[in-house]
Amino acid sequence: MKQFKVVKRLVLSVLVFTGVAINPVHAEKLGYPEKDELTFGFIKLTDMAPIAIAYENGYFEEEGLYVTIEAQANWKVLLDGVIDGRLDGAHMLAGQPIAATMGYGTKAHIITPFSMDLNGNAITVSNDIWAQMKPNIPKMADGRPVHPIKADALKPVVDKYIAEGKPFNMGMVFPVSTHNYELRYWLAAGGIHPGFYAPHKGDTSGKILAEALLSVTPPPQMPSTLEAGTIYGYCVGEPWNQQAVFKGIGVPVVTDYEIWKDNPEKVFGITAEFAEKYPNTTIRLTRALIRAAMWLDANDNANRPAAVKILSKSNYVGADYDVIANSMTGTFEYEKGDKRDVPDFNVFFRYNATYPFYSDAIWYLTQMRRWGQISDDMPDDWYFDLAKKVYRPDLYAKAAQSLIDEKKAKAEDFPDFATEDGFKDPQKHFIDNIVYDGKMPNAYIDTFKIGLKSGDKI
Amino acid sequence: MSNTRPLIEESKDNIVWLDNTLDFVLSSAKALAIPFVGIVVFLILWTAAAQSVKTSLGQFPGPAQVWEQFGSLYTEHQAARQKEAEFYDRQEVRNAKRLADDPSYETKIRAFTGKETFLDQIVTSLVTVMSGFLLAAVIAIPLGIAVGLNKTLNAAVNPIIQIFKPVSPLAWLPLVTILVSALYVTDDPMVAKAFIVSMITVTLCCVWPMVINTSVGVASIDSDLVNVSRVLRLPALKHVQKIVIPASIPMIFTGMRLSLGIAWMVLIAAEMLAQNPGLGKFVWDEFQNGSSSSLSRIMAAVVVIGIIGFLLDRGMLLLQRWLSWDKASATR
Repeated sequence: MKQFKVVKRLVLSVLVFTGVAINPVHAEKLGYPEKDELTFGFIKLTDMAPIAIAYENGYFEEEGLYVTIEAQANWKVLLDGVIDGRLDGAHMLAGQPIAATMGYGTKAHIITPFSMDLNGNAITVSNDIWAQMKPNIPKMADGRPVHPIKADALKPVVDKYIAEGKPFNMGMVFPVSTHNYELRYWLAAGGIHPGFYAPHKGDTSGKILAEALLSVTPPPQMPSTLEAGTIYGYCVGEPWNQQAVFKGIGVPVVTDYEIWKDNPEKVFGITAEFAEKYPNTTIRLTRALIRAAMWLDANDNANRPAAVKILSKSNYVGADYDVIANSMTGTFEYEKGDKRDVPDFNVFFRYNATYPFYSDAIWYLTQMRRWGQISDDMPDDWYFDLAKKVYRPDLYAKAAQSLIDEKKAKAEDFPDFATEDGFKDPQKHFIDNIVYDGKMPNAYIDTFKIGLKSGDKI
Repeated sequence: MSNTRPLIEESKDNIVWLDNTLDFVLSSAKALAIPFVGIVVFLILWTAAAQSVKTSLGQFPGPAQVWEQFGSLYTEHQAARQKEAEFYDRQEVRNAKRLADDPSYETKIRAFTGKETFLDQIVTSLVTVMSGFLLAAVIAIPLGIAVGLNKTLNAAVNPIIQIFKPVSPLAWLPLVTILVSALYVTDDPMVAKAFIVSMITVTLCCVWPMVINTSVGVASIDSDLVNVSRVLRLPALKHVQKIVIPASIPMIFTGMRLSLGIAWMVLIAAEMLAQNPGLGKFVWDEFQNGSSSSLSRIMAAVVVIGIIGFLLDRGMLLLQRWLSWDKASATR
């Protein structure tokens, strides 16, 4: 019997590793959770919404899970909390589980059964930098700047600072954060070098050859750091860009929707050990999160105002209702008064936003290689294997299928689990018009003008 | 004759009484009025100053806005209690249902998962500070007595005390955090790690003034008292119990009062930095939120922290008066 179990597990893991999507059998009834008192961590950002909603709408409790939600001081504290077991799971940057599993920073096998949202970030510069950038930006008939604003407009400003011998400092939230890669992507697309990492030489500051110097600042502190003049601009999630507008201290110039349309943002991270030890709990918490994401996007964002009201409570994001509502309800305010429609600024469920695509993980890996966080060339297979180790669509499919079976969700809202291979079709809609195909990571890395290419090593 | 004198006496008595009453009323009015005027002037200055300070989070809050926040903090507290009750109701229903499906299930009640309210945070802070302070007292007073009685021990321990005394709690905190996570490992912890970390940090910072004051108090006992003890040939423990402790109580209490003040200040800083539950975390969370009501909520917390600090000090003073023979020292 025991041998049979071992064989079964072996077969299963081989299937998972080779990327064959396991068709979830209309299986036995889902069991009770093995662990029912859980603590989840989050950072004060609007995209933690699925966790807050799953709690407030009682989805966790309906799964028999009693969840405590705790704000964390920064991403490092949050990741360490999940690794050492203080937290059972957390709202994470997509790059965090990948980097942790790879061993960049703290090494630990973290997996994600649930991707939390698409888009939701923006790049903000201080009023002073904006005033210097503005003459370089083409205007529309009504005098407002043409979007998307490219870093080409920032390039002369950075050059001027370099000529004067002043460092051009910018903030991002974590070395493996979406924000770091997005800011780098935007800068590099405009010809500004954001600097390389060289971990094999012990250099993890990411400032080798840099024209713009990026450093880490926790999201809630971005506006005050900008105000203090320590940094000239930053890339962060909401509500911290809109808060700069409200406080009148900075101007958001570009959203990540414009840098890469519908880019994957946060994920829900748990340890591989947790998923193995508590399989029912894992499926059940994924179910609760899927339901929360569905609610957030239901009827064309009809529930968003209610969600904003919950998020503005001091134990969640805690910023003012108006500040959060600005980005959550389909509009985004750039320069004060220049409010534009960005209906997909925050996507929680539609476009299969919650399905953990392997190709999303691989994009992060390509950027880690591009900027030297991965020092050496790796074969394409290495990228696929790592993505499959971290992203777990099998768990997602099981949770979603059980919701469909219980008529709590509709099958057409999900990918077809029988045929989905976890790779999105080649994606266009990047700010520099380069096409990304997750099935060819090395070829993709070689297409960038600025960045490491095959064979390069710092 | 016998008639007039008592009359005069009586009226004189009355005048004296009146005079005394007037004096008393005036002096107590003065005693009450001056602080009252002080507070009013302060509130007026605060309001005026607040109006002229514009921050990135809007107008700096004046007393009126802060008062309003007290109201909303209390409402939030009540709402949380309501939610808690509903949480337990729902849980009971769910437990009953599961028991019906699965008779072997052992029902258990899980604690409320909601967030602590402002009032909860006050209680947490008070419990933490008192535990840290009592732990410090348990260590410091015996040590202080030993050091005070023995000159050699004093010479040995004194440099260590002098070096550790000025260390800021913020320097201790990372060490304490790491040590507690390394040493306090249980599957089912009785008390939270965060609580232990805050408590030990408080202890480390408030143990020193108590040791110093106790030892000074013990060392400066009247030599007559010591001689009496010698004449009576009191055994060492009896000597400490009957002579040393009663004689040095005023100094011990002075040390304790100092320590409690330090403990309270340290605790707020520690909670803030380590994200441990309590008033310090409340302040930090509000700072991070950066909403338009954040500043007035922080001011509300500041006022509460101040009042609690004041009450703790008064409490120690009352205790000191009650226990001490030298009433004069207690008024200082």
